Amino acid sequence: MARRGLSDKTDRPKDIKYVLRRLWGYLMRYKAWLIAAAALTGAGNICALIGPSLSGRAIDAIHPSGGTDFKEVGICVALMVIFYVLSSVLSYLLSVLMIHITRKIVFAMRRDAFNSLAALPVNYFDSNYAGDIISRLSYDIDTVNTSLSSDLVQILASAITIAGAFIMMLTISPALSAVFLVTIPLSVAVTSFITKKVHPLFRKRSAALGDLNGYAEEMITGQKTIRAYSCEDEIMRRFDEKNGEACRSFYNADYYGSMAGPSMGFINNLSLSLISILGAALYLFGRISIGSISSFVLYSRKFAGPINELANIVNELQSSCAAAERVFRLIDEEKENARDAIDEDAEINGTDVSLSHVRFGYTPDKMVIHDLSLDVREGALIAVTGPTGAGKTTLINLLMRFYDAQSGSIKIDGVNIKSVSRDDLRRLYAMVLQETWLFNGTVYENIAYAKPDATEDDVISAAKAARIHEFIERLPNGYDTVLSENGINISKGQKQLLTIARAMLCDAKMLILDEATSNVDTRTEQYISNAMRSLMKDKTCFVIAHRLSTIKNADTILVVNDGDITEKGTHDELMKKRGAYYQMYMSQYR
Amino acid sequence: MKWLLAYIAPYKARIVFELAIKTVATSMDLCIPWILGHIIDVVIPAGNAPRIALWGALMILCSIICVVGNVSANRLASSVARDTTMNIRHDLFGKIMSLSSERMDYFTVPSLVSRITTDTYNINNMTGMILRLGIRAPILLFGGMFITLSMDATLAAVWIAALPMAIGVFVIVSARGIPLFTRLQQSIDDMVRVIRENISGVRVIKALSKTEYEKNRFSGVNERVSANEERANAAMSITNPAINMLLNLALSVVILIGAYRVSGGRTGVGTLVAFTSYFTVILNAVMGITRIFVVISKAAASARRIGGVLFDESDFGTEKLPASDSAYISFKDVSFSYNKRKDNLSDISFSLNKGETLGIIGATGSGKTTLINLLMRFYDADKGEIIIDGRNVRSYDKDILRRKFGVVFQNDILFADSVKNNIRFGREIDDENIISALKSAQAYDFVQNLRHGIDTALNPKGNDLSGGQKQRLLIARALAAQPEILVLDDSSSALDYKTDAALRAALAENYAGTTLIIIAQRISSVKDMDCIIFLDNGRIEGMGTHEQLMAECAMYKETADLQMGV
Repeated sequence: MARRGLSDKTDRPKDIKYVLRRLWGYLMRYKAWLIAAAALTGAGNICALIGPSLSGRAIDAIHPSGGTDFKEVGICVALMVIFYVLSSVLSYLLSVLMIHITRKIVFAMRRDAFNSLAALPVNYFDSNYAGDIISRLSYDIDTVNTSLSSDLVQILASAITIAGAFIMMLTISPALSAVFLVTIPLSVAVTSFITKKVHPLFRKRSAALGDLNGYAEEMITGQKTIRAYSCEDEIMRRFDEKNGEACRSFYNADYYGSMAGPSMGFINNLSLSLISILGAALYLFGRISIGSISSFVLYSRKFAGPINELANIVNELQSSCAAAERVFRLIDEEKENARDAIDEDAEINGTDVSLSHVRFGYTPDKMVIHDLSLDVREGALIAVTGPTGAGKTTLINLLMRFYDAQSGSIKIDGVNIKSVSRDDLRRLYAMVLQETWLFNGTVYENIAYAKPDATEDDVISAAKAARIHEFIERLPNGYDTVLSENGINISKGQKQLLTIARAMLCDAKMLILDEATSNVDTRTEQYISNAMRSLMKDKTCFVIAHRLSTIKNADTILVVNDGDITEKGTHDELMKKRGAYYQMYMSQYR
Repeated sequence: MKWLLAYIAPYKARIVFELAIKTVATSMDLCIPWILGHIIDVVIPAGNAPRIALWGALMILCSIICVVGNVSANRLASSVARDTTMNIRHDLFGKIMSLSSERMDYFTVPSLVSRITTDTYNINNMTGMILRLGIRAPILLFGGMFITLSMDATLAAVWIAALPMAIGVFVIVSARGIPLFTRLQQSIDDMVRVIRENISGVRVIKALSKTEYEKNRFSGVNERVSANEERANAAMSITNPAINMLLNLALSVVILIGAYRVSGGRTGVGTLVAFTSYFTVILNAVMGITRIFVVISKAAASARRIGGVLFDESDFGTEKLPASDSAYISFKDVSFSYNKRKDNLSDISFSLNKGETLGIIGATGSGKTTLINLLMRFYDADKGEIIIDGRNVRSYDKDILRRKFGVVFQNDILFADSVKNNIRFGREIDDENIISALKSAQAYDFVQNLRHGIDTALNPKGNDLSGGQKQRLLIARALAAQPEILVLDDSSSALDYKTDAALRAALAENYAGTTLIIIAQRISSVKDMDCIIFLDNGRIEGMGTHEQLMAECAMYKETADLQMGV
């Protein structure tokens, strides 16, 4: 299976357009607020510009040796105070507003990314690093966050200042403005050079960080094993490789990115030099006054700040574009139901299940199930056994539609399961898997997970049936004990019992047990299977187990080998047959 | 935050060099306006064309020095940030790898994952930014202070008086901001946890159609993260306008007082004009400092979180204890409790000779895995002694202790790497041993059928294999280094009886000198062991061979009868 998470490293020229289009969509949801922000930016900038002109007026009114118009000075200073306070208040409001808008946008992006995650096929999770996915939802979105909340305003403010100064310069001397015929194309060229150079570097930086995150997450998860084998050195070496890669790509992007500021400063200084040379020439020919050169220069100095800012922003925007792209790729990943053709009229109750000529492999070149046909009547207990890797769990994957068969069909009540929604299909089953899964919540929440409206009595009786009630009672806070991720006090067997209690609460029509009691002691298992049996009296049951005592009472036992059913029948029939099942059964006495 | 200095210190020379270049470049930047003024005021009116050209050329030269200087200084700054981050991450990861199980439980995996990525990333950002911008702003600030003081000390005193107030703003805002950033990082931990849970539980969630529920759950943490983000950023966002206002108000006062001073003839109008234009430079410098300050506040929260792990008193030390002449492995009156309230193991005593085999069986939660945790010293026993090869486990260097073992845990994991590397696992093991380990673990056949044999790359956590295949690879990993002690903690549960029996036969044949400890649920897995312990509620309920237990231990017999279908 390809690592899809890493495949989006390849360069596609339309990426920036794609990212901007998607980002624009998010921004436009807050159109009104953005307009308000733009208005605040404008007003704040005007206030900030009025300040210096007032101070100029005040200074004009000051004259040495008693000629000062103190009234004028007083008024001007008072106005200055007012405008400066006003401008600060406006700029504070503006940043609070932008932070708020950004919060909304970022919230929506994270929500959409997670919702996309929830709708992705199981396959995606089987072939992508958890850490890389986490990196997209945390680091990448955070990068977008930082740049949205400050950069948008900055761009707008800079644009206003630059435009204003440019107009002023044009009015002073169109001839001197000719300098910009050189410097503006130059700065465009430099910016686009840096952008082109830097964009892939920023993408690489995001990807490398995701990769590092993926590795770190995997290794931290397996920390105990690593310590047990004392192979920290080797793990460290590999970590250092990835760490080096992440730091280097961070550096590369930073290096080229941080060239933007000084380069723009250079162009600005260059234009100042050209202006003074050209201005001098014009002056020598009597085409311009010293005063005009002086104020032209003043305005073109005004360029320096915002242009420098813009150059820095280009850098940050690059970084957030690269990050946003990874987020959008996740959001736009093909969903589980993307190719579904659901027949609205089809209805399934979950009684009879039939498989005909099912063929399936996780990769097209290697089939796990070759040609499987099977009919299961309502209320039957079907047990599946066979050597490891024979395709038993795969069968469950197909029944639940975690994967779709390459050919053949699976029908429930005569309806092809592809023509009903996955939710409807899955609601038919209660399932306990080999891999126990509990989340960070109380014991109660974990048991009631499948049935939120269950009463306390329901939960307790399910726990009793799963033989875990007494254990729970002995926990520090009973049913309100929070199961933390590592849950050191809970053994795997106890986790299995909790998940069994969870499944017992389900009102499902069918039950799937995939090695559900493999880590539970036999006495408990026996008790549970009896409880389960009475609970599932009229329900169809699929049980996968190695412990033959678990499956002995099944209505039909299927022995699977290499994806094909090799034997089929009741315990007695199969024992009489003296085939693979007999061999297996007898081997447990050896 | 102070520990960070120790990580930056090795790059002192590079930093000094960088700052020197930056200082030159910045002073060039300051020279250019002066040259410009000179050209306009003196050179152009003189009308001497060659001199105009000369000064113009000088200006261009300054610009070039400026850009080259800044770019190379930035490059040095980024490289220092890169190397510092690399070292911090290296040490942090190394530390995490050596954390004791108890400390792992305390920090939790999601929090450690986000510390090693997001938090180190914040540090990286900060170091780079301080080095890049940190010199220019102070130069401008102090330069401006110096020049204005030399122009008119009284007026300069007015705006300089505003500086303590600005510092006051920084102090107040950061006192509010840093805890908010800490809280933000904590809520990010929660978010990471929910995402991780959703990734690992994807089958269960889909099977139970709980997608909507999970979306809501995520929405809750997402809301908290967003709210904390907004709160922290909003708290910081007051800095810029507040400082701006403070300095501009100071300017207003400067003009007012300046008016009186000019009137009184104590200063000139020209000075006042120059004063205001320098003031713009000072304001920009302070704004630059403000930006750095915001980044520092954010990184301070991260630095504290990283430091918390980095300087955690982690693993148990090695103690000097007298040698003991007991059996190869022996437990003497060992008791242990995870929460130090209720014992998970009580008064466990047994001994085992080298090459003997031990089976441990018992109900779920009876303390089987805990026993292994103590034996391998993932936890220290509260009471009693555990001896391996004549030495208390507490007196071993932990690498030497653990190298004696080959182990498969209950929830053991495979990594996204080739089959071969998963089995070699960083140890010096040649292919021959790997293959014989695979054969003994009954894994060779299926591995050969994989696309690239033992070089086949596995998916993350090995989740493209079946449960039984995973277990067999894990067992091969445990066998590959020919360990003195082999521990299999319920790690053949997904194997069918035939494979299980073949595995046990192979172990008996090829690893006869290995002391074997098997935890199992199936009687058949342990019944040939030299000694079997039946645990119940943390106590030894029965101990002996299969035959002895069948005769003496009622609970054991009951289990056996059930499994054999008697």
